[in-house]
Amino acid sequence: MNQLLRKHSLEVEKILAKYPPDQKRAVVMPLLHLVQQEDGFISRERMQEIAEIAGITTTEVASVVGFYTLFHDAPGARIKIQVCTDVACDLRGAREYLNGLCSQLGINPGETTEDGLVSIEEVKCLAACDHAPMFQAHIGDALEYHENQTVERTLDWLKSMIASMKSPASAVEKKTTDDGGSHE
Amino acid sequence: MSDLFLLRHRTIAGLNQLSIYLENGGFKTWKKAVTAQKPEDLINEVKASGLRGRGGAGFPTGVKWSFLPNNIWPHYVVANSDESEPGTFKDREILEYNPYQFLEGLMLASYAVQAKDAYIYFRGEFWQIARRFDERIAELTASGYLGDHLFGTDYSLRIHTHLGAGAYICGEETALLESIEGRLGQPRLRPPFPAVEGLFGLPTVINNVETLTNLPVIIGEGAARFRSVGTEKSPGTKIFSLSGRVKKPGNYELPLGTTFRELIFTHGEGIINDAKIKAIMPAGASSALIPATDVALDTPMDYESVPALGGQLGSASVIILDETVNISDLVKDTVHFFKHESCGKCTPCREGTYWMSCIIDRIVSGKSKKEDIDLLLTVARNMQNKCFCALGEFSTTAVVSAIDKFRADFEARLES
Ligand SMILES: Cc1cc2nc3c(=O)[nH]c(=O)nc-3n(C[C@H](O)[C@H](O)[C@H](O)COP(=O)(O)O)c2cc1C
Ligand code: SF4
Ligand code: FES
Repeated sequence: MNQLLRKHSLEVEKILAKYPPDQKRAVVMPLLHLVQQEDGFISRERMQEIAEIAGITTTEVASVVGFYTLFHDAPGARIKIQVCTDVACDLRGAREYLNGLCSQLGINPGETTEDGLVSIEEVKCLAACDHAPMFQAHIGDALEYHENQTVERTLDWLKSMIASMKSPASAVEKKTTDDGGSHE
Repeated sequence: MSDLFLLRHRTIAGLNQLSIYLENGGFKTWKKAVTAQKPEDLINEVKASGLRGRGGAGFPTGVKWSFLPNNIWPHYVVANSDESEPGTFKDREILEYNPYQFLEGLMLASYAVQAKDAYIYFRGEFWQIARRFDERIAELTASGYLGDHLFGTDYSLRIHTHLGAGAYICGEETALLESIEGRLGQPRLRPPFPAVEGLFGLPTVINNVETLTNLPVIIGEGAARFRSVGTEKSPGTKIFSLSGRVKKPGNYELPLGTTFRELIFTHGEGIINDAKIKAIMPAGASSALIPATDVALDTPMDYESVPALGGQLGSASVIILDETVNISDLVKDTVHFFKHESCGKCTPCREGTYWMSCIIDRIVSGKSKKEDIDLLLTVARNMQNKCFCALGEFSTTAVVSAIDKFRADFEARLES
């Protein structure tokens, strides 16, 4: 029995209803998002389940996973930090910020801290170029923007995030921090 | 700031709440269109307004709508919310702060071509924004603005969101359609154009978020009102995303035809540390590098004047470079961007962006001889007019114009 279908039948129904009945393949990306939000990555078994629902082969699902940079086929760090170092951010100190952050954490871009908690990656433009330096964080099922950053500010935020993950009482907060990035 | 057609949330607090949007006349135009106007009326008004697509190509919106054949049904409308061009952050502001005006625009476009289903394609990073839209669409359906038999008529409309997953190429309209259909985001051969064979093989209109957000103004207040701002051939306002080495980066909604000088020095308050301005990229990473001469600074930003400078207005993502920037570093960033985003479908782009990135890395690291500059130029020139879609072409624009106009910056990096 298809686990995905059993566990999320309502959600799957809703996704199927978005597209014409003869275009079932279109459910692939929404289902991949659904799985990744729950598991943090997409396993081979899940790909197989998605393939069944979408009426395509597992290999076809895997090639979709491989094509899009936001889909992961392996678990990563608990907190994934993605710093934009693209054209416009680079002109406003994003690279210095990235290097500063990496040296504070003792890792290089593309690496994960030894405890498996934090990873840092460079990414392309995130449509926040007027609030550089900025990063996007993946934590569990959430994806949040952090703008107008300094190394100190990011480290403070990281400390509080890690503390809240370690204390079982307080759940992780899941909202965007619009750190002073208001629009007038 | 003069007339605001788009960033109206800047003067009306809370415009991203339905009650406040309604208090300010929201969805009146929609109700009137569905209950009292013919689809052709809308198309004619948009044609008369001279609105041109804000997603990059500047194609007249009303004309594009009229290409849909009336003997093939259903029709679809797709909103392009993929916004991924480096230096562009205007659609995101609309989506977060003035979402209902955008939705009303999407609904008007759907009615104009009699589509009963419309899709919004969000870039994957706009995950939270997309979630909010799911809520808003449900809210509008519950309030009777979306759904079946709207206002007691025969017309029904449903809007669906679709989330991408990190691929710049999905902003290209045919790759976007492939992505909705559950395939790799790779462009399709054209013709057939999406107006005839688009989403699920059916006639489809694809418009940018900013384009659609103009529609409640044009249809509600009239083409003449829209034309009272901007130039004859480029009417209306445009949101200019200003970034790079300026004191006050941000989105500025200004009449089309405003000069670069006004944008950079009046609104952007000039260059950081009052350094000397060096070059302008008017259309993000896909731009040509335009030396910031007095002539360039006094050029009006519209669809005709920028090409006369050897550039494009594109999505109007204006990136400013000053004298502290070595242009070869900038080119390294643009080349890496396109190498990362090449979809791999055609050889000139896949291989060309790879080789350009190897050569520019060598130049920037100071391990090159003079020949490498010409080699980079040759690779870029050889790609031009050979790529399957515009991305490949875009990847060469900054390279060729930079070596042409700022060769000394590359030479300064050579091995001595
Ligand atoms: C590589 C590439 C990327 C593009 N990215 C976007 C984008 O992010 N958003 C957008 O609206 N249009 C983008 N476009 C333009 C679209 O293909 C299309 O022309 C546009 O969405 C049409 O809408 P408009 O007529 O309202 O401008 C891109 C085009 C190319 C070639
Ligand atoms: S030009 Fe580049 S992005 Fe376009 S189809 Fe070819 S490989 Fe893909
Ligand atoms: S270049 Fe970094 S967000 Fe746009």
